[in-house]
Amino acid sequence: MSVKTLTHLQRLEAESIHIMREVVSEAQKPVMLYSVGKDSAVMLHLAKKAFYPSPPPFPLLHVDTTWKFQEMYKLRDKAAKEAGMELLVYQNPEAKEKGINPFDHGSLHTDMWKTEGLKQALDKYGFDAAFGGARRDEEKSRAKERVFSFRSANHRWDPKNQRPELWRLYNARKNKGESMRVFPISNWTELDIWQYIHLEGIEIVPLYFSAPRPTVTRDGLLLMVDDHRFPLNPGEEPVMRSVRFRTLGCYPLTGAVESNATTLPEVIQEMLLTTTSERQGRAIDHDQAASMEKKKQEGYF
Amino acid sequence: MTDPIYKTDALIAQDIDAYLETHQHKTMLRFITCGSVDDGKSTLIGRLLYDSKMIFEDQLAALEADSKRVGTQGQEIDFALLVDGLAAEREQGITIDVAYRFFATEKRKFIVADTPGHEQYTRNMVTGASTADLAVILIDARKGVLTQTRRHSYLVNLLGIKNIVLAVNKMDLVGYDQAVFDAIVADYSAFAASIGIESFTPMPISGFKGDNITAPSENTPWYTGPSLLPFLETVELDTTADQRKPFRMPVQWVNRPNLDFRGFSGLIADGVVRPGDEVRVLPSGKTSTVSRIVALGGDLEAGVAGESVTITLADEIDCSRGQVIVAAKSPLEVSDQFEASVIWMDEHEMVPGRAYWMKIGAQTVSASIGAPKYEVNVNTQEHLAAKTLDLNSIGVANITTDREIPFAPYADSRDLGGFILIDKMTNATVAAGIIHFSLRRAQNIHWQATDITREHHASMKHQKPAVVWLTGLSGSGKSTIANALEKKLARMNRHTFLLDGDNVRHGLNKDLGFTEADRVENVRRVGEVAKLMTDAGLIVVTAFISPFRSERDMVRGMMQPGEFVEVFVDTPLSVAEERDVKGLYAKARSGQLKNFTGIDSPYEAPDSPEIRIDTTSMTPDEAADIIIARLIP
Repeated sequence: MSVKTLTHLQRLEAESIHIMREVVSEAQKPVMLYSVGKDSAVMLHLAKKAFYPSPPPFPLLHVDTTWKFQEMYKLRDKAAKEAGMELLVYQNPEAKEKGINPFDHGSLHTDMWKTEGLKQALDKYGFDAAFGGARRDEEKSRAKERVFSFRSANHRWDPKNQRPELWRLYNARKNKGESMRVFPISNWTELDIWQYIHLEGIEIVPLYFSAPRPTVTRDGLLLMVDDHRFPLNPGEEPVMRSVRFRTLGCYPLTGAVESNATTLPEVIQEMLLTTTSERQGRAIDHDQAASMEKKKQEGYF
Repeated sequence: MTDPIYKTDALIAQDIDAYLETHQHKTMLRFITCGSVDDGKSTLIGRLLYDSKMIFEDQLAALEADSKRVGTQGQEIDFALLVDGLAAEREQGITIDVAYRFFATEKRKFIVADTPGHEQYTRNMVTGASTADLAVILIDARKGVLTQTRRHSYLVNLLGIKNIVLAVNKMDLVGYDQAVFDAIVADYSAFAASIGIESFTPMPISGFKGDNITAPSENTPWYTGPSLLPFLETVELDTTADQRKPFRMPVQWVNRPNLDFRGFSGLIADGVVRPGDEVRVLPSGKTSTVSRIVALGGDLEAGVAGESVTITLADEIDCSRGQVIVAAKSPLEVSDQFEASVIWMDEHEMVPGRAYWMKIGAQTVSASIGAPKYEVNVNTQEHLAAKTLDLNSIGVANITTDREIPFAPYADSRDLGGFILIDKMTNATVAAGIIHFSLRRAQNIHWQATDITREHHASMKHQKPAVVWLTGLSGSGKSTIANALEKKLARMNRHTFLLDGDNVRHGLNKDLGFTEADRVENVRRVGEVAKLMTDAGLIVVTAFISPFRSERDMVRGMMQPGEFVEVFVDTPLSVAEERDVKGLYAKARSGQLKNFTGIDSPYEAPDSPEIRIDTTSMTPDEAADIIIARLIP
């Protein structure tokens, strides 16, 4: 009988699909966290494959900060519609009321809109399992997190008390009020993600490709002036630069890189030849040593 | 020191499309590195990441700063700092948990499970080994084969890893002396053969200096074997071997978008499946033919081991999550009793006789473990007598499941022979297990059908059998209520029997003490006796502390639906202690009596008992009336 050698992408795909099917079989009320970035795009595509011909049997949840790029909002609505999935958008009402924003409130912005917003949304809808697009190659504490990451009733992660994960056996049992964060693309690297997007023709936000965009520099980061809320200094004029983004978040917190890469192979080429890691463009990680581990313990994804 | 071909792939800059084309066809190797802090394991992994260009400038800058601040290599880069991810690990300079690392070369993508080597982290090593295709066992050239080397090798072999690299590290510190290397290899060969390791590949390396990592080192001209990275790139994978086995797929999820479509989704454990193949569903044994392999973008011609697929069958046969679809001509064995190696992973020791959830393939069943036949000393591989297994210990025991399950010995299939045990109370993963074989007993002892059925027995007594299970603290009033209840039932001409905790311990259970394991066995035996009595048509009243929820649930599971009535005799500890009819609380408080429920042994109150009796507001007679109202409506 002929033997077909599975490539690394085929093995990763099979593993991610297996994980998603386990969650749907064992959780009461799963949801997929959808941030509109490239990792979310891959996760959504895998979900479509996992459950075809059924639509993925869970809704998408976007924990919105109101400060995402406009192009992200556009693709978000389109992608959910095409997948035939319900899209839930949650904005922390307290953050909204207090006008929390990345310009005036620093790390409080992430804390209230994202960390608190996520917890509120999960509690509001009673989701007991939430898919997230985190990868182990992104950051050191993520390298040690389980695929099925157990959270206490108040959403805390205890890195010292994680369930052992053996073979393909995931323990999804939990008591009432407790929940799981599940990371189906844990074992994918940034290159795998790009390669898969290329191979499968997955639609991503155009911001990943280079184009002339209005930018200013702040604290060494090249920021895009995506809407009128961006406070310009007196006399400051945004400069049109040919830029793209390696990672997408809130536009005032996401650094662009100058680039001429307008196709996927060019983007991948640039990534492979670059000399800095992916998350450097994000302000959030530079706060303090072990900052991600701390944020995760508090309930951040 | 570093071979430049691994620094940058020239093709990336020259022809990205050609590079992507090559990269798409890369295979994946998952491996585990075993070794302790001093063996230079983290340094080796850091070196592999560095040499394969997986470390970026910003990470390198942070690493250089960290190396100067807390590193252990003087002014040189301390690669170990790259891989210790948790803050506690960096502070203490140790590796606590399994970490997964990723790197790729021109030929392969690699996932490394980096696990700590100390004995107290056996569970982490086993976890890392469970998904590995290959193991790199590190030895410090200055120290040779140590106890820990034997432990790592034993575990790697237990988990069924066939490809083993023996990396004799720190060769720079022994002057690259061939005699040192040869002596270690000879020593290890003898040991490996003794535990059944068929072959291994020894290599003299230095993770710190980079010798024989990416290319043959000038320092070891006497060594003509492969260097580590080229070896990892070319070693043959086990995964293709799985495709040559008969088809097996545990059903994970039944896909029913509408009434016209019913697909079975799962990851193929072994073999290949094609439309037209005859298949059998286990354990039911029903057969059918594969009609389609359905996928987004068009049906597939075949699915192979390792792929996640959805298949449809030609016939409408019963098939649900947990069942296994197999090649019709070579079905799997089905059994409910097994011998298995069990690796205990929880702080709370194993309780023989207790029911745990057992997850195997895509199904979860209730299973109990017998007392260990023996425990294995992981350092010496000696067999030791043991009554239980505690954290990080490994033993062999029999497992009984509450229903028949399809399985394969672990040696034949990791997916169908590996299982985990989950505590029913805490939901913690408490153990991993490896099935050796099914016990013949399960196949050869059959239930003997009798002509006078339990329905006959019950109808002759004009009653519906039941078990009234009173649970509560010592001194809560269980025996008093049980006695009042039985008297009232007797007056109503009901046939009853009262099983009392203290009385049973004078006879049937006089060999049992009050340890957790003995308490579990005590309740199990009482449950079995009560079950026989309900078969005889009796209304059984039991009065046992029965402190653990899992055993009460186990007894509930033995009975016919609706025949088990759990009565929680709810008396606060302070009240029971105040009463102290038998003077036991005083003894327990003074330390004369050990394992006393409520004092130094826990009582787990029922979550949803059929009846709750508050003895602070009710007399025993009133309590008995409430129970009767439920029994005889």
